[in-house]
Amino acid sequence: MSNVLQIAWLIPILPLIGFIINGAGRNVLSKGISGFIGSAVVFASFLLSIYVFIQVKNGNTHVAHYFNFINVDSLKIGFDFKLDQLSSLFLLIITGVGFLIHVYSTSYMHEESSKDFAKYFSYLNLFVFSMLLLVMGANYVIMFIGWEGVGLCSYLLIGYWFKNNDYTDAAKKAFIMNRIGDLGFLLAVFWLIAKVGTVSFDEVFSAASLAKLSTTDITGITLLLFVGATGKSAQIPLYTWLPDAMAGPTPVSALIHAATMVTAGIYMIARSNILYTMAPVTQCVVAIVGLATAVLAATIALKQNDIKKVLAYSTVSQLGYMFLGLGVGAYTGAVFHVMTHAFFKALLFLGAGSVIHAMGGEQDMRNMGGLKKYMNTTHLTFLLGCLAIAGMPPFSGFFSKDEILAAAYANNPVLWGIGVITAMMTAFYMFRLYAMTFTGKFRGTHEQEHHLHESPAAITIPLIILALLAVFGGLVGIPEVFMHGGHKLEAFLEPVFAQSNAITIKHELSHSTEYMLMTVSVAGALIALLYAWNKFSKYEKTETASSGFAKLLENKWYVDEIYNAIIVQPLKSLSAFFNEVVEKKGIDGLVNGTGKAVNYGSRQLRWLQSGQVGAYVLLMVLGILVLFIIQLFL
Amino acid sequence: MGSYITFPELLIWLPLLAGILCFFTKREQSAKSMALIFSLIILGISAASLFYTGTKYATWNSVNYFYPNNIGNTFFVGLDGTGRLLSFLTALAFPIIFIAGYKTSYKSASSFYGLMLLTQSGLMGVFCSMDALLFYFFWELALIPVYFLCSKWGGEKRIQATFKFFVYTFTGSLLMLIGIIYVYLHTSGRIFEDGTQVAHSFALNSFYNASLTASEQNWLFWLFFIAFAVKMPVFPFHTWQPDTYDQSPTSVTMVLSGIMVKMGLFGVMRWLIPLFPLATVKFSHVVMVLSIIGIIYASCIAIVQDNIKKLVAYSSIAHIGLMCAAIFAMNQVSVQGVMLQMFNHGINIIGLWIVIDLLEKQTGVKQISKLAGVANKAPVLTIMFVIIALANIALPLTNAFAGEFLMFSGLYKFNIWYAAVAGIGIILAAVYTLNMIQKVFYGNTNTVVDAVKDISWNEKFILALIVCLIFIIGIYPQPVIDLTKEAVTVLVGKIK
Repeated sequence: MSNVLQIAWLIPILPLIGFIINGAGRNVLSKGISGFIGSAVVFASFLLSIYVFIQVKNGNTHVAHYFNFINVDSLKIGFDFKLDQLSSLFLLIITGVGFLIHVYSTSYMHEESSKDFAKYFSYLNLFVFSMLLLVMGANYVIMFIGWEGVGLCSYLLIGYWFKNNDYTDAAKKAFIMNRIGDLGFLLAVFWLIAKVGTVSFDEVFSAASLAKLSTTDITGITLLLFVGATGKSAQIPLYTWLPDAMAGPTPVSALIHAATMVTAGIYMIARSNILYTMAPVTQCVVAIVGLATAVLAATIALKQNDIKKVLAYSTVSQLGYMFLGLGVGAYTGAVFHVMTHAFFKALLFLGAGSVIHAMGGEQDMRNMGGLKKYMNTTHLTFLLGCLAIAGMPPFSGFFSKDEILAAAYANNPVLWGIGVITAMMTAFYMFRLYAMTFTGKFRGTHEQEHHLHESPAAITIPLIILALLAVFGGLVGIPEVFMHGGHKLEAFLEPVFAQSNAITIKHELSHSTEYMLMTVSVAGALIALLYAWNKFSKYEKTETASSGFAKLLENKWYVDEIYNAIIVQPLKSLSAFFNEVVEKKGIDGLVNGTGKAVNYGSRQLRWLQSGQVGAYVLLMVLGILVLFIIQLFL
Repeated sequence: MGSYITFPELLIWLPLLAGILCFFTKREQSAKSMALIFSLIILGISAASLFYTGTKYATWNSVNYFYPNNIGNTFFVGLDGTGRLLSFLTALAFPIIFIAGYKTSYKSASSFYGLMLLTQSGLMGVFCSMDALLFYFFWELALIPVYFLCSKWGGEKRIQATFKFFVYTFTGSLLMLIGIIYVYLHTSGRIFEDGTQVAHSFALNSFYNASLTASEQNWLFWLFFIAFAVKMPVFPFHTWQPDTYDQSPTSVTMVLSGIMVKMGLFGVMRWLIPLFPLATVKFSHVVMVLSIIGIIYASCIAIVQDNIKKLVAYSSIAHIGLMCAAIFAMNQVSVQGVMLQMFNHGINIIGLWIVIDLLEKQTGVKQISKLAGVANKAPVLTIMFVIIALANIALPLTNAFAGEFLMFSGLYKFNIWYAAVAGIGIILAAVYTLNMIQKVFYGNTNTVVDAVKDISWNEKFILALIVCLIFIIGIYPQPVIDLTKEAVTVLVGKIK
């Protein structure tokens, strides 16, 4: 009997159908219908994902083969889906959070024309489809299809308001930076094909295949895959597209640029965990890049005034944490943080969307303040989200962040120390954001003040659900030190990381050390939190231009400018050089020169055909003479 | 043999006949209709040939006429997997081109359509010939009508462009002719069925078995290669191409870019590599380096190109460069990728030209900087174009992905650095494509673009067809792979 999980193809197909219906029917469907279709298909996928999850939890994992995608010679790439603990968990996050965001969007986007509304939902559905392919694919190629697919959807959604040139610039930047990463991913896949002749996860991670790979191979492959991850998951050096991606509608930022797509890199590395465990050099690189990104992004977030930009940099920073976790071998911790982060970051973005909505499109926090009077639900849920991201116990962020930090400490206390400082910065900028937005006096215009209102139920209900998840979501991973067998997630994911766990030496921390670590990080975050709250609840708008270090941070360390100077401009100059000099003067010049030489030559030879009989006779005689001479001497 | 009509014969004679008939029609409408009807019949025949599985000629559906007292050449045509694929592309492209241009009226339309069909006949002949002299004949038959088409119906600078095109291709052809004659003189003789004996032969197999020393191969290789390289075109033999694409009537540009460039690739696979295997191995690095330079070079120029037609031309040079490099990697995977990509590139680039032609006709400009916000005026057109353009840069699940994936994979197997450097082309392709989409289609509409209307039935039908093909092959490329698998194995076997 075929496995019941064979029907998993329905999970991605449903959003695809939604995409086609909304895309094709955008001129005829009313907003109500397209919103309903868009949300319903994702909800149906969510229900199926629950079914899959239950099956997997009962021990039924399955690789479903559908058809041969590319079969050449010995290279066989099937259109296969892998349903196991890791993918089923991601399925739940994607379709669950995705569904809430679809519902939220029905209200948030209601001012769009029905045509654009349908277009928006079709893009969102297409995104969910691609993301599902990414996590369900049973080999690197199917994963890559989803991998590029989410990049495309991100491009389409960032540039959703395509009349605005800045927005389409941001969209373009996202796509191109992702493509740089994608090249790394592809090269890794080619490397695998060249060495082990297969791309399927089960075959690549089998002992026989791993034996074919030298240490150089594994290090090279994992590093290249990591390049792919830095593009998709916005790490140094390819992170700059993510903050710009905030040009898209806010629910898109929540779905794509916080909860799901950007975690693709984490998923991919967690999936390939055995390769990374076998490549300590890469692990070290991953940990350092992750931590550096976490710190860099956190420093930038300290000085941003756009509410979405702060959240964007905080996303980059949190992703850095996840990579730190992967780098120190805490795969479960990283996946755990993906999950809790999906809850609280979606919550924060949607909350910010609610605020922006109420403010009539205003995103500058300097013009906000005191909003808690007007929007109670938004305020309360947002506060819970802030506490979760700041790692306050017992909110979800505390458990996942603590797990990563503990693993970092076991690896190297310096990593831990920097991690804690970053956590303090996180608490600081989040409560700066909270205080500037919700407490104090309102600093906007009268018109805006008049307009302030709590958002409708389609917005607040998703907020409440996400807030509950952000508060209680961490309880699936209570550390051993608090409760024996409390880490349900670790037990669940155990089979996925079994191979890695078998070859790593676990540094067990003593309970007292763990308590100490927790106390330090929580205390640090609490101090930062209270300091920020205190300082910014009385925030007044000032016109003084910042200088020195503050200015550096406000301008994001000038990274965009540096990239522009060292990559974009030289590329343009090189292209112009090719076009103006090599092409026109060089190659074409040579060709035209040949043509001219021939022309010139013929013109000189024209006197031979002067039309005078005497000249011809003379030539003939000369010719005969020459022939005679040649005959004479040869 | 020859007792029944075979597919290759039909595919060659039918367009020739139709072309000649077209010359004698008086009215534009009848020439147009006749060309379309014939091209559809040819498409039907070609489609049938894809499913042909005769037991007698499993690989080659071939026919061989001979003439007594000859110099060893025969009318020898046949179709293997590669030939079937490319003749099908040719058969598919012409009706698409005719339908897309259905509303365009050409002066002296009967000659226009006549010449177009002659070109088709020549192209079919090139893909079917199993005799070197015949191959050369069809090679020229395909080119000569194009000279006329460009010089008579082209844009303002058509004479200059045609001249350049002519000089390039003619030089190449002559070099190849010298090569053909030289190889011919080194073939062994053959005895025909009626007992006639000749000292040398032009037959494909005789050519394959010609006794050539390594040093002879070395220079013959270049004689042939330059002819093919000009046709593809490979850096640095490419500068005729942007001008010709820019100045030719769009229907001709579609033929040139969609099919004719494949003549070069086909020539390499059918003649160059099997004839000179030693030289191929020896010079493969030179060719690949040239090709890869071409990828980066052409992509860079495409980035700064303001003329949208030239942008597509340079993008095509980059794509062809990759295909050429992948052929010379000479492994099953890379060559299989080339097969897929030859077909898909043809489909995609014709789709791009259809949209660009439409824009140029409606606005009268082809400068990217003068266009803006077309999406507001023509949403359907925009969607179609974006899909085709993304297929052109090989987004997964579109047709070009599988081909590029295989080509890069094979290239990687051959040399890691070649694949890595050529891979930069993937990024640059995204840069120029998205730049163009942003400037032309997004933003606010300007006065130039106000004239744009969304597409009419014929263009909608054709573009929808192209988009369907893009997705069908993109999701399920295996049938195309299976069609050419055997031909690839045979070709790769020539080198080992």
